[in-house]
Amino acid sequence: MAIITVDHLRKTYGTRVAVEDVSFSVEEGEVFGIVGRNGAGKTTTVECVAGLRTPTSGTVTVDADLKEQVGVQLQECSLPDKIRVGEALALYASFYSRPADWRALAEEAGLDLRAPFAKLSGGQRQRLSVALALVGSPRVAILDELTTGLDPRARRETWDLVARIRDRGVTVLLVTHFMEEVERLCDRVAVISRGRVRAVDTPAGLVARAGGEQRLVFHTGEPVDGLRALPEVTSVVVTADGDDAEVTVTGTTDLLSAVTAVLPPARMRDLRMERTTLDDAFLVLTGQEES
Amino acid sequence: MTKAFGKLAAVEARLFLREPAAVFFVIVLPVGLLLALGGTIPGFRDADPSLGGQRFVDAPFTGMMILLSIVTLALSALPSALVLYRERGVLRRMSTTPVRPGSLLSAQLLVNVAVSVVATALTLIVGHLAFGVPLPKAPWAFAMVFVLGSVAMLALGLLLAAVAPNSRVVQGAGAALMFPLLFLAGMWLPRPLMPEVLLRISDFTPTGAFGQGLVDALGGHAPQPLHLAVLAGWALAAGLAAARLFRWQ
Repeated sequence: MAIITVDHLRKTYGTRVAVEDVSFSVEEGEVFGIVGRNGAGKTTTVECVAGLRTPTSGTVTVDADLKEQVGVQLQECSLPDKIRVGEALALYASFYSRPADWRALAEEAGLDLRAPFAKLSGGQRQRLSVALALVGSPRVAILDELTTGLDPRARRETWDLVARIRDRGVTVLLVTHFMEEVERLCDRVAVISRGRVRAVDTPAGLVARAGGEQRLVFHTGEPVDGLRALPEVTSVVVTADGDDAEVTVTGTTDLLSAVTAVLPPARMRDLRMERTTLDDAFLVLTGQEES
Repeated sequence: MTKAFGKLAAVEARLFLREPAAVFFVIVLPVGLLLALGGTIPGFRDADPSLGGQRFVDAPFTGMMILLSIVTLALSALPSALVLYRERGVLRRMSTTPVRPGSLLSAQLLVNVAVSVVATALTLIVGHLAFGVPLPKAPWAFAMVFVLGSVAMLALGLLLAAVAPNSRVVQGAGAALMFPLLFLAGMWLPRPLMPEVLLRISDFTPTGAFGQGLVDALGGHAPQPLHLAVLAGWALAAGLAAARLFRWQ
């Protein structure tokens, strides 16, 4: 049963079209990603879901109380400089009829209750923002660009926090433009480009759509003609020859185990595997001319 | 919901007290000026026949210090806080919760009213203890002027917050408004010394009407109906304009 259904959403500001035509549905308990470049319409889409904007046309259905059961973390939202972490959490907890234990949330997010907002690092601010989105024990959490501008360590800590939310069964709608974030967190993803959905799939499914090829590259002195007969292999290219031939084997999934069954790894040198990444898939699906 | 409002007001009050500038200009400065000038300037504590026999430190000066406190609060502290909330997306963020952002506005106003009551009471008590300034001789008239005047000034502050695009502008505009308004109230040139034209203009400004109303009520006179009407008019006009123009984001 879908908890969020977006059907032919369209949003314009005057003559500017922010969202052309977006449809997707989010199942209860999944982490659903919305990826796209800056200006693709991601934020407008989730702000329509959160009830902050009214669609120009199309419908957004959320099977939960928008105010009570949907927690929101907005881009470009901060707090007064002198409010303390504990005060902000206790205050927002008082807004809801069934709040979460805000002290436990702060601890989970690694936040010092007495720290004033102005003294928090970028990562701490984002984690506070996530904690505030969760303080009403929501069924759905909408998180918009929560790791933009964070250093790699702060980003990882924030991801851990999101993973723990998911483990509690909260449905997460995550806006991002980091493919690594998608790979780590998302069950399914909608790729949005110029206000339209280009694909909705699992991260692995997106990679497969974009070709999904794997490549093995290694050096060997052994004959490699036998590899061509393997069903997993689509091509074998040998450059140079003699004892130090460089071989490139292209194929589909499970290429490595198929090849190593015929040619033991001990006979190969400098073995490396290349595969289509989610980044590649994203570029293929959104068209590269936009960048 | 009432629990949330109580929490909001408590947090807003704490945030106000953590702003040294706000506390200084709204509470410390008016009381300090009353003590410093009242205690040092010769003549301030002599009965003055041109003031109907009262001393300058009594109603005229004490009234001005109360006005200074409320004007600073309404035209500087209140709009700055509200514009910052809008700028930082706090009001927008709040609209995604069960509590409406209007509650934050109400909590802010409540705190501002409470602070102006405290500042006024403090000024009266300190003046009374230090120089024997009489407590308001017409307490009901004083209360009425205080309420009408505070509402008019806070409504002007809300209007300022509604039209100012960002915190830099709201601070500049607040200061730019405050000085002429305080001048017209008689802060530097007492109203009895103003030329006729200036006095007529002063009568129709919110600060002129408020200041004279405070001085009258403190001195035991009934405030002039014109001044009460002017204050009510400003309160209504600024309040309605602010309600129409206020943007949450």
